[in-house]
Amino acid sequence: MERKIVLPGEEINLEGMKQGNGIYHENGKYYSYQMGVLQTYNSYANVIPLSGKYYPVRNDRVIGKVIDVAPSFWIMDIRGPYPGFLHINDTPWKNMDQDLNKILAVGDTVFGKVNEITESRQIWLSLKDAGLRKLEGGHILMVQPTKVSRIIGKGGSMVNTIKEVTGVKIQLGQNGVVWLDGPADKVMVVRKILKYIEKEAHTSGLTERVKKILEEKQVI
Amino acid sequence: MKLINEEGLRIDGRKFNELRPIRIEVGVLNRADGSAYIEWGGNKVLVAVYGPREAFPKHTQNPSRAIVNARYNMAAFSVDERKRPGPDRRAVEISKVIGEALECAVFTEQFPRTSIDVYIEVLQADAGTRIAGITAASVALVDAGIPMKDMVVGCAAGKIDGKVVLDLNKEEDNFGQADLPMAIIPRTQEIVLLQMDGNMTRDELDQAVELSKKAAMYISGIQKEALLAKYKSQEQEKEGESSE
Repeated sequence: MERKIVLPGEEINLEGMKQGNGIYHENGKYYSYQMGVLQTYNSYANVIPLSGKYYPVRNDRVIGKVIDVAPSFWIMDIRGPYPGFLHINDTPWKNMDQDLNKILAVGDTVFGKVNEITESRQIWLSLKDAGLRKLEGGHILMVQPTKVSRIIGKGGSMVNTIKEVTGVKIQLGQNGVVWLDGPADKVMVVRKILKYIEKEAHTSGLTERVKKILEEKQVI
Repeated sequence: MKLINEEGLRIDGRKFNELRPIRIEVGVLNRADGSAYIEWGGNKVLVAVYGPREAFPKHTQNPSRAIVNARYNMAAFSVDERKRPGPDRRAVEISKVIGEALECAVFTEQFPRTSIDVYIEVLQADAGTRIAGITAASVALVDAGIPMKDMVVGCAAGKIDGKVVLDLNKEEDNFGQADLPMAIIPRTQEIVLLQMDGNMTRDELDQAVELSKKAAMYISGIQKEALLAKYKSQEQEKEGESSE
């Protein structure tokens, strides 16, 4: 199937592929329901959106910011249509009758995972897994959630290249929040690179181009 | 006032079935989730889309689907005589019909308890602002990545000097006999908005609807070009870089 940009309502010829994401059917015909790139993956035809909000999926790694503190849980902004909840029992910390503000206060940032999405679209986060933690220091960058997979690259090739060349610590949230830590000048380089990837996400041969830019930047 | 001359041309020189020039630009605002700007003859309209996000106040939330919240607003300087700012009877009505028209195309059941907010700001008005607004709004919704059946397209027809014509301008709207704004879903030809101001016979109404439908298909093409142009221009930039 040809890789091309489709628009909402555009008819899609599945060519024997199965109906994947971003496609709806009506009267036996298939149409795209958003603007995106038509791609095939494992015999499924998908429309990968070019823009849009973050829609949580179970086990996604996300970066959330505390917006409110309740008696036994935190309410977090995960840049989606709904807020995320983080219960004290899903964290490595013990409550011990103390104020939750002492553990995480409004404005603090955590790297967590989506633990459960209830029927009524309540999103419960968790910090109980390897690598999940409160993020301290560093720099936050927002990118479009739909472009995160491009920043990761095939098997992490893109993000690993950037990490290796610049030495900056990068924590990627599927919700389009990126946490960077390292020397200020290096962080600014990574920032620029990530913004470049975001802008060029729908083009091909991006990893190679990014490599080239990184090498040039390092030389200077 | 004579609106059609002996040669059958209208005061701005258009034929009975001719549209005013339309230009759409996508992604003009950085803070909004999606945005669009449209120039339709003398109309200049800016649209920003936010969401889906939690609906506030909470009692407006619908547990089974999203609500589409449109707000049509005319700038004080958009018309000849200063318009008193703020929503008036007319703006409230237009907001309602635009919101309902857009809702027909959006897959609202995918996002229960949320609202999709559409802010339509009319910067300059020259008759037909609601359909210019709805045309730009559906482009902005696509830019925001909101799932939709198809893009809604608006178009108006009317009756001047006893003749059914397409896309009235301000003079024709003020001194004509009828104005008929309409919005359709191009793929299915469903009508999602239809209003009429003035008098028309049944035959004239059918004629006007047909005229608008045909024009809407053309405007739909402009919408699609505008959306694709946003990504094409980036590709061209890249080509320019590599040739240097």
